[in-house]
Amino acid sequence: MIAIKNASVIFNQSTINENQALRDINLNVKEGDFITIIGSNGAGKSTLFNLIAGTIIPTVGSIHANGRNITREPEFKRAGYIGRIFQNPLLGTASNMSLEDNMMITYRKGFKWLKRSLNNKMREYFRSELIQLKMGLEQRMKENLVMFSGGQRQALTLLMMVLSKPSLILLDEHTAALDPKNAEIVLELTDKFITEYKLTSMMITHNMSHAIEYGNRLLMMDQGEIIFDVSGDAKKELTVEKLIEKFHELRHRGFENDRALLSE
Amino acid sequence: MIEGILVEGLIYGIMVLGVFITFRVLDFPDLTVDGSFPLGAALMVQGILMGLNGWLALLIAFIGGVIAGIITALIHNQLKVPNLLAGILTMTMLYSINIRILGNRANVPVLDQKTLLSDISGRLSGIVPDDYIQLLFFVVVALVIKLLIDLFFRTDLGMTIGAMGNNEQMIVSQGINPKTLKTIGLGLSNGLVAVSGAFAAQYLGFADVGLGQGIIISGLASVMIGEFLIMKSNRIGVLTLCALAGSILFHAVMYVGRYYGYVIQMTPNDLNLIKGLLIIVLLVLTQSKKLKMATFKAMVQK
Repeated sequence: MIAIKNASVIFNQSTINENQALRDINLNVKEGDFITIIGSNGAGKSTLFNLIAGTIIPTVGSIHANGRNITREPEFKRAGYIGRIFQNPLLGTASNMSLEDNMMITYRKGFKWLKRSLNNKMREYFRSELIQLKMGLEQRMKENLVMFSGGQRQALTLLMMVLSKPSLILLDEHTAALDPKNAEIVLELTDKFITEYKLTSMMITHNMSHAIEYGNRLLMMDQGEIIFDVSGDAKKELTVEKLIEKFHELRHRGFENDRALLSE
Repeated sequence: MIEGILVEGLIYGIMVLGVFITFRVLDFPDLTVDGSFPLGAALMVQGILMGLNGWLALLIAFIGGVIAGIITALIHNQLKVPNLLAGILTMTMLYSINIRILGNRANVPVLDQKTLLSDISGRLSGIVPDDYIQLLFFVVVALVIKLLIDLFFRTDLGMTIGAMGNNEQMIVSQGINPKTLKTIGLGLSNGLVAVSGAFAAQYLGFADVGLGQGIIISGLASVMIGEFLIMKSNRIGVLTLCALAGSILFHAVMYVGRYYGYVIQMTPNDLNLIKGLLIIVLLVLTQSKKLKMATFKAMVQK
C-alpha cells in the first residue's frame, strides 16, 4: 500500500539549528492495517505523517504508494487518496459555512466546476449519513459550523473523510483536543468506521492503553526512529507495563511521557 | 444630489464587490485594485475612441482586469511573494501600462464621444425621466452583477473558494490546489474592478491614470460600512447587498465632505484623510462591538 524507504528528514540542514526529525525510516503499511503510533514529544510521529501526506519531502529516501513513487507528489494531489485528520478540530471544516455546504465541499475530492450539486437528493443522503453519528446533527443542516462543538466537528470531519473512501487515513491525535467524553465518542466512531469500511489507517495517540486496545499493529517511536514494531498476536498480549519495560530495555532510559502514563 | 450619490455609489459598488471577494471571501488583501480600476477605464476609453461596440469595449476591460488579477496571483503563488507585495508589484507595473494604453497620455477625455452610457441615455430618453436614466441603468447593472456573484458562490467551485478563505488546509485535504482557486478569485475580483473603472470613465467623461489612487481604501471602507450597519450573516446574497449599500453610504459621506466640508474649512484634498480616519473609526467601533458581545456572552454563561 504505502512504503517508506530509507527516509530521513533533516530540518535546517548544515546550520546551527540542524535537527534530524526522522532517521532512516523503513515502513511498509499493508492493506487493511490499523496502526497505532506512540512516542514522546519530538519523537517524530507528526513528521512521519507530514512525510506520508506530502506536507514535507524527505531529505533522503523515497515514498511509494501501490508501487508508484510519490516522493515529490504535492500534498493536494496525495489528498485524493490519503485522508488526514488533525488534532485541531477546526482544521477539517469551514467555520463560517453551513453544515450542508461543508458536506457538499467534502463529498467529492478534487477540483470542482461551475455546477450546483447541492439539491434535496444530496441533502437527504447527507442526513441519512449524519444519523450514524447519533449527535442529532441531521436536524441542524443549515446551521453554521461555528455553533458546533469541537467533538461534533471532529466527528463530522471523520464521517466526511470516510465517505470519500481514501486508501489510507492518518489520524494525528485527533481526539487530544476534545473533552474526555467527546474524545471517547469520536474514538469509538473511528474504530467503528475503520472496521466497517475496512480502512487502512494510522493513528497517533498519547494514550498507551488506546494504542494497545485499538488496531492490529503498534509502532513505538523515539528520537526520529521506529524502535519497536509489533503486530498480530504479539500485540494482543501487550500491556502498558510491558510497553514501558520494552522501552527501557531498548533505550536504557525511562519512557519520559507523564501524559501517557497518567491517562490510563 | 441624491441620484448623483446613488449612481456613484452603484458604479463604485461594482468595485466594492470585487474588493469584498478578495478581502472577505478569499482573505487575500489585494492591492492590484489601484491599478486595475484605471486599467478598466483606459481600456474602455481607448475602445470607444477606436470605435468599438460599447459592450465589446466593456468585455475587453473586464478581460484586462482578469489578466491583472491573474498576474498578481502568479507572482504570489509561483514566487512565494507575500500577497500585499504581489498586489503592489502589479499595481506599480499597471501604472506604466495604463499610460501606454492611453497613448502616452495621463488623461484622455471622451466627453464628446458616443459611449455605452450616452447610447443607453439616448434610447431611454422619453420613456424614463432624463434625471433617472443613469440611475435606472446602474441599478440594473449593479443588481445583475450582484446576482451573478451570488450564483457563482453557490456553485461547487464558488463554495470551495469560500471555504479556502476560511480554512486553506481543508481545501488541500480535499485534493484541490489552493493556488488555482486563488487565481480564479483574484481574476474575478479584478475583472469586476476593471468593469467598475470602465463605467466610471464613461460617467466622468475621461480616463485618468490617477483614477485608481486610494481606490482600495474607498472599497475597503465601503465593505466595512456595509458590514457594520447591517446584521452579520453568512448568506452570500445578504453580504453582496451589504457591500453595495456600504458603497452608496460611503459615497454619501464623501459627497457631504466634498460639498459641505468648507463649513469646517475642509478642502477636497482632505478627503483621503477622511477616508482613512473613517476606516479607523469603523475598526474601533467593530472592536468595541465584539468586546461587548464577548462580555455579554460571558455574563450569560455565568
